[in-house]
Amino acid sequence: MDDLLWIFISTLLVNNFVLAYFLGLCPFLGVSGQLETSFRLGLATTFVLVITALCAWVLNTYVLIYAPYLRLISFIVVIASTVQFIEMSIKKLSPSLFKSLGIFLPLITTNCAILGLAIFATNRGYGLVEGLVFALGAGAGFTLAMVLMAGIREETEIMDVPVLIRGTAFNLIIAGILSMAFMGFAGLFSST
Amino acid sequence: MATDTTAYEEMIKGLWRDNPVFVQVLGMCPMLAVTNSAINAVVMGLATFFVLVGSSFLVSAFKQWIPKQVRISLYIIIIATFVTVVDYSLLALLPAIHKELGAFIPLIVANCMILGRQEAFASKHTIKFAVMDAVGMASGFMIALFALGAVREILGVGAIFGVDLFGQNFEPWVIMILPPGGFLTLGLLLLFFNWVTERRKQFLDKVADAERVNANG
Repeated sequence: MDDLLWIFISTLLVNNFVLAYFLGLCPFLGVSGQLETSFRLGLATTFVLVITALCAWVLNTYVLIYAPYLRLISFIVVIASTVQFIEMSIKKLSPSLFKSLGIFLPLITTNCAILGLAIFATNRGYGLVEGLVFALGAGAGFTLAMVLMAGIREETEIMDVPVLIRGTAFNLIIAGILSMAFMGFAGLFSST
Repeated sequence: MATDTTAYEEMIKGLWRDNPVFVQVLGMCPMLAVTNSAINAVVMGLATFFVLVGSSFLVSAFKQWIPKQVRISLYIIIIATFVTVVDYSLLALLPAIHKELGAFIPLIVANCMILGRQEAFASKHTIKFAVMDAVGMASGFMIALFALGAVREILGVGAIFGVDLFGQNFEPWVIMILPPGGFLTLGLLLLFFNWVTERRKQFLDKVADAERVNANG
């Protein structure tokens, strides 16, 4: 139990996917303009991450022990088609849920956080439960980073920033400062 | 001869005017994660170069046979194949660096710059143009990676390619080789790039103004 909690907290704060591993930067820099959208994108990403962990575990256990060189290709194909399938079923079963989360799903599939999660989980030899907790932590960490970034960006909209800095350069510098703040969490585990 | 100059232009545009990192801001994930030293950045750049040129060639060569509805999936499978080749080659040739780059070699697949070039360019042009474009874009990407890696290694370790630069008295800025340093360095490099572009534009405007005055006088 302690192990699982450790995995969750460390992926959420210390090894945050966005701020420490640079995974999922495209939506982090691109879609983080509004708080509301960022939060929903975070939720949708968490959902896809959990599906990914499940797919990765199934593939690793039943298929890839026979053909390890197919790892990358099979991860991409299986994850993309599973997400597409789920997207279609959500559209059919719950149109309101689809409206709030569904539009993001196809975009998220090509996000490097998704593939990154599958590869990290494989490299570290996580089992099914550990993989799912890892996915939840990564998703929560991504949502946290997105929401923080969106909050800061909404504030800076009304600030007087030189034209030359506006845009990606400014966002990257904000991200750098956020990342520095998150480094403080690294001390969380050193005492134990 | 005319086609040769345009092919050359396709190649050159990736280096500065349409630089994938500084202008289009694509391919950020591998960009920041592996540039904590110059040598890692160069290896990553070469790997991306191989994948981009290889897949552009293949996509362009097979473009008549790729059905429109499944093209994106096919591009991804082609890219993933090349990445697997790179992954296993690096594991055999440079095991130390492969270990350090770790999961970020397979993640070349998720580099949106590569998929973007297939969709925007290679699928619409002849093999020659597609390869030229890929060479230019990949070189531009490599230059950006190297710039970032070199700055971070020089400031963060006080060395370049592992060669000590400043001697004993240099106090390394450890933050530069840690994640925040990546964000900050790239932000500042982008700022520098914007500044140079802006200066150039002002200079050209001034030249145009002077010419107009000359013409009127």
